[in-house]
Amino acid sequence: MREYSFWFYLIVTAGVTYLVRMLPLVLIKKKITNRFILSFLYYIPYAVLSVMTVPAALYATGNMITAVVGLAVALVLAWYRKSLLTVAVGAVAGVLAAQAVMSFILPLV
Amino acid sequence: MRVKKRSPFITGILDGLPICLGYLSVSFAFGIFAVNSGLQVWQAVLLSMTNVTSAGQLAAVPIIAAGGSLIELASSQLVINLRYALMSVSLSQRLDGTVTVPHRLAISFVNTDEVFAVASSRPGTVGRRYLYGLILTPFFGWSLGTLVGGIMGDLLPAVVTAALGIAIYGMFIAIVIPKARSERPTALCVLLAVVMSCLFHYLPALQAVPQGFVIILCAVTASAVLALVAPVEQPEEVDDHA
Repeated sequence: MREYSFWFYLIVTAGVTYLVRMLPLVLIKKKITNRFILSFLYYIPYAVLSVMTVPAALYATGNMITAVVGLAVALVLAWYRKSLLTVAVGAVAGVLAAQAVMSFILPLV
Repeated sequence: MRVKKRSPFITGILDGLPICLGYLSVSFAFGIFAVNSGLQVWQAVLLSMTNVTSAGQLAAVPIIAAGGSLIELASSQLVINLRYALMSVSLSQRLDGTVTVPHRLAISFVNTDEVFAVASSRPGTVGRRYLYGLILTPFFGWSLGTLVGGIMGDLLPAVVTAALGIAIYGMFIAIVIPKARSERPTALCVLLAVVMSCLFHYLPALQAVPQGFVIILCAVTASAVLALVAPVEQPEEVDDHA
């Protein structure tokens, strides 16, 4: 297969992404009053983020045990309404801690 | 009358900072991934500056690196990023009169999952000054993180780069959990979406469905079911013509 120039790939990737985001925002200027649609739009962000997180996050670190530890830390911090940054950093710290424990304990077993 | 009040632009900047810092770590991981996949550093940075999206870029890199077809690339981007259309529809209902078409053209460029989630969590409508403040630092954080990751990725131990992979999901959890904790219908919606997502991932018969479709299908179904079962109260129009 002939390889295209990088610029073609860049234009296609960015163009599709932009059009998908831009068209609804520019075309829909009226206020939607339908209660079902309003409710649907209310739930959408939480549903989308949930589907993107589970189960993909379990595979995000290359090791399911460390990922579960990181996600558990994130869940606890989020439950207590910590900021986005705190939760994200906490999840990374949890993964690092789990990696450290495993690399010290596993060789001893 | 002048009341001492923080400008909407500054409020937006402050709300955008945590997104920016989260993006630094995630785009850092993207930069490493792109360079390890065979892209040049400048190519990875340009992808980040023109797309500003994690999942779409992650899917694009292997196709670009392998010299794949443009049709495959376009359809993967369409499917993976179709969720942004839903978010833009949702956001279109929250914009005030200051966000005219030229501003919509500019702001939609950086309507990411997190920008959308934070803008949606504001009470009432949002104006253009707030939105420009909100998207400013995440845009630069995303680009800068990619650059640094692309240059320095190899210098970091593998355990650190692996750990950074969890950061974006930490942000998603930070957005979803507090809302699900305080609102039972949202919690049910999240639960339904997660169960469906797992079915698509683990049931052999459903594994052939592309990930982008899975996101749309599960999110649309869960949201529609909850919209039917537990419609939200109509928000009161705020009237400032006192």
